[in-house]
Amino acid sequence: MNTPNATAPDYSVRLTDTTLRDGSHAMSHQFTPTHVRSVVRALDDARVEVIEVTHGDGLGGSSFNYGFSLTPELDLVRAAVDEAKNAKIAVLMLPGLGTIHDLNQARDAGASVARIATHCTEADVSIQHFAHARKLGMETVGFLMLAHRTSPENLAKQARIMADAGCQCIYVVDSAGALILEDVSDRVAALVTELGTDAQVGFHGHQNLSFGVANSVYAARAGAKQIDGTLLALGAGAGNSPTEVLAATFNRLGIHTGTDVQGLMAAAEDVVKPFITRMPIMDRASIMQGYAGVYSSFLLHAERAAQRYNVPAWQILEEIGKAGYVGGQEDMIIDVAVQLATTS
Amino acid sequence: MAKKTAAIVGSGNIGTDLMFKIMRRSTNVEVKYMIGVDPASDGLARAARLGITTSAEGVDWLLAQDELPDFVFECTSAKAHEANAPRYKAAGIHAIDLTPAAVGPYLCPVVNLDSLQDVLNVNMITCAGQATTPIVAAVSSVVPVEYAEIVASIASKSAGPGTRANVDEFTETTSKALEVVGGAKRGKAIIIINPVEPPMIMRNTVYCAIPAAAAEPGGLQDKIRAAIDAAVADIQAYVPGYALRVEPQFDTAREDWNGNGRVGIWIQVRGAADYLPEYAGNLDIITAAATRTADLLAERMNTTAANTARTAGAHA
Repeated sequence: MNTPNATAPDYSVRLTDTTLRDGSHAMSHQFTPTHVRSVVRALDDARVEVIEVTHGDGLGGSSFNYGFSLTPELDLVRAAVDEAKNAKIAVLMLPGLGTIHDLNQARDAGASVARIATHCTEADVSIQHFAHARKLGMETVGFLMLAHRTSPENLAKQARIMADAGCQCIYVVDSAGALILEDVSDRVAALVTELGTDAQVGFHGHQNLSFGVANSVYAARAGAKQIDGTLLALGAGAGNSPTEVLAATFNRLGIHTGTDVQGLMAAAEDVVKPFITRMPIMDRASIMQGYAGVYSSFLLHAERAAQRYNVPAWQILEEIGKAGYVGGQEDMIIDVAVQLATTS
Repeated sequence: MAKKTAAIVGSGNIGTDLMFKIMRRSTNVEVKYMIGVDPASDGLARAARLGITTSAEGVDWLLAQDELPDFVFECTSAKAHEANAPRYKAAGIHAIDLTPAAVGPYLCPVVNLDSLQDVLNVNMITCAGQATTPIVAAVSSVVPVEYAEIVASIASKSAGPGTRANVDEFTETTSKALEVVGGAKRGKAIIIINPVEPPMIMRNTVYCAIPAAAAEPGGLQDKIRAAIDAAVADIQAYVPGYALRVEPQFDTAREDWNGNGRVGIWIQVRGAADYLPEYAGNLDIITAAATRTADLLAERMNTTAANTARTAGAHA
């Protein structure tokens, strides 16, 4: 099935695998150096060019609010760098949580791609970090999170702020898995128009409403050049666009990724599946995240609060959606759960 | 007793809110000068209308006046304050610094004013520092706090260009203050900017690692609760919109918390809307803390002066 459709335009995308970062949420940040080495080995062998390794909430994420890492993330980064023969190792950081100091340490540990994430309307908090990452000689990627929360036009303006700060590829990040088809292509197209040749555009999808892969196809057709996935969809909420499905689908559509599809399927099945503690699933709580537009990593925190305060997780997430909380505000979950428990 | 005089340097949002706060709420201090660098600034215009002497010629102008103020409130930027601080000191003016420069020690009026009353330059930490260090200090007055973590959430509309360009300074300064002022062995601060409409009122969540025994119901836990309640009442004396959202939540000890338990405290800070809207509790709490600090320092200066006068009288 390797013959591209002759009528298809010549698309190609670079896949970034974030099993070892977004998947950290689903693993409650319990990754070990052994997990990291086995996943990096498999991805590198399957010719994935960029592999992200960090606490789920980025550098400095190990905390009461987001969950403590079992292994210090820099040790995991070092293990990944040591294991990778060809792939670049990326780290995520959220200004306001991680700092330039963390970025320096990640660079010293061998990370060569800095992915810097802000809420979709607050790009200007990342300016100092992009400038610094470039000074460190790192490749830069910008994440505009919860991209469903603003219009394509506004998103493009925010992307411009990142590009001007030194960002080389700006992602439309569907953190809530709330975008559906044209929601994605309209946003990607707006960014492509705004950025031209100044920076690339990327897309990061979630499966909460089951559109991760389809949305990624829409993104690629609208001009996105970098696409995120995770093996076995391991990630926050109902999981991410599965890397192995993205590779297979793009291959069928004649969108070149340069990866070994069989190798990625094997990596998901034989490397990741044996060690994970829960399969990503579209259940009432995670579907509610897509439906109500809630940041995917809130899921496990809501489940824990649900258990402790005896209120349904989906109801907590629905309230979180109504309040308009953004990525990083995991602390609000307990507040909401206590309020719900008191009023019910 | 005559009020002490103050100059506000910096006529932006913080300086203007501070001006209204001092005029409306201060018992011991009055604003004599409002200094900016932009003649067209709204803050300077408002100050002039209220009869305050204004200048757009910066600190040079201020220090050339015959009557120097007792206090100067620095509401510019860290860089500007670093340049101005030695000049205030040379002129013998008490500086209350609302920038992240931290030339002088961190001060939160309900925690450590007593130990700093003779210091000529004090720093007001950050908005989140004012909101959270007293709570951490309250917990650490009862039990050792191995680690304290705070999450501050502010409305996008209340985050000015200074905050946005310097989020690292914000988190680093606040983290350090959780240790220095709050008494935690290690501190971590997180800031989130939220653009939701209508704007969200400033929120702060404080988590403190506490010994396992203190996380179980009993005497220690009751003492922690009482210390938190007392701190909240102390802050409400100058920030009426400061309140707990829910009762402090105690979590029993966990292995991944180094065998510690945890107390969580959820705080809302509704601003007094003196100049900025009430959602901007972050700006309100730092200007309120600065006003409170000046009031308390002025009171002590007056007491010292009275004592000196009495002593002098006795000798006469």
